[in-house]
Amino acid sequence: MKIAIASGKGGTGKTMVAANLGFTLALSREAALVDCDVEEPNLHLFFPAQALTAPVTTPVPEIDPDRCTLCGECGKFCRFGALSVLKDRVLVFPHLCHSCGGCTLVCPQGAVREVPRTIGRVACSSPIPRLTLVSGVLNEGEVQAPAVIRAAKALSKAHPLTIYDASPGTACPVIETIDGSDACILVTESTPFGLHDLRLAAEVAEKMGIPAGVVINRSDGRDEETLAFCRERGLPVLMTIPFSREIAAVQNRGGLICRDLPGWEERFMALFDGIAGVVA
Amino acid sequence: MIVGITARAPGTDAPVEQRFARAPYFVFVDTETGKAESVENPLVNAVGGVGPRAVQMFSERGATAAITGQVGGNAARALKEGGIKVYAYRGTGSVADALADCTAGKLQPIPLL
Repeated sequence: MKIAIASGKGGTGKTMVAANLGFTLALSREAALVDCDVEEPNLHLFFPAQALTAPVTTPVPEIDPDRCTLCGECGKFCRFGALSVLKDRVLVFPHLCHSCGGCTLVCPQGAVREVPRTIGRVACSSPIPRLTLVSGVLNEGEVQAPAVIRAAKALSKAHPLTIYDASPGTACPVIETIDGSDACILVTESTPFGLHDLRLAAEVAEKMGIPAGVVINRSDGRDEETLAFCRERGLPVLMTIPFSREIAAVQNRGGLICRDLPGWEERFMALFDGIAGVVA
Repeated sequence: MIVGITARAPGTDAPVEQRFARAPYFVFVDTETGKAESVENPLVNAVGGVGPRAVQMFSERGATAAITGQVGGNAARALKEGGIKVYAYRGTGSVADALADCTAGKLQPIPLL
């Protein structure tokens, strides 16, 4: 089973839920945690360990000057401005390229070939027994987050039970992360902004045909609007985490509430049962 | 010599646009014949990567100089590699005014990285 954790709004506690869920599951079975927030991965902070890394590359164009006639077709085709055909040469801007391969197709001379360029890396570790952690890391200044997310997901493909920690928002990186998941846990918080973005995230999951459930984090006990929204959309509320200094303290020192506070291991196990029930 | 000037509208009476690749129009003037060609810029509302594409349009029309307010990093690299000199016009005048200032040597070249 593949479970994606998303939120819309940033800072609602996606990684906190992912880390605690992964730890809890690994107490009794093999589990993989995949940090798909490749622009700012932070799951590893909860699981310090030596990691093996491998580069992630993406194809970018290289021009054969002997074949190129400077016709300009590649530059006109590229909507990302990665190619600029000048009087005597073609200038390539690799960091603007989205690796669509269109330039190789439109070139009438076959003068464009694709060469790999490193844009990030994947790091793999086994921080505790039965848990595999895969982190995708996009290099600074790069734009192709989905390519690194794909690589991180591919590394964990063989695992029977995988948790994807998504980035905030509802753009391409989130779509790439939740694509192919069996279920989605949407983490929200007791604020108008949290609810606003929960609506967006729920809409994305629905459009992609992925069943979802909700975790309300930092609850101040007045979640009527969120609860009403979930009822209306048929989204089960799988867990409510209170706004608590004790929880914040554990989180702030890189701890796990399922390990460090009584009762939370059971609650995260119940969260797993709840999301598994959403799939069935 | 062909000079490309960024403009808010077609024609040499149009006001100069300060932005390079997001200018609504490019006015290309042949300084020998005085002939001007106005080209609507399809990149005005494009998402990104407009600099290198605008430079290709300049290159295609044989421009060897450009007059504009400022240029971005990608455009600067393409302009430099393409041998297109860029002059800064920060005034509120027309394309014709900017060109006159340029030929009179009153405009400073924009350093291209």
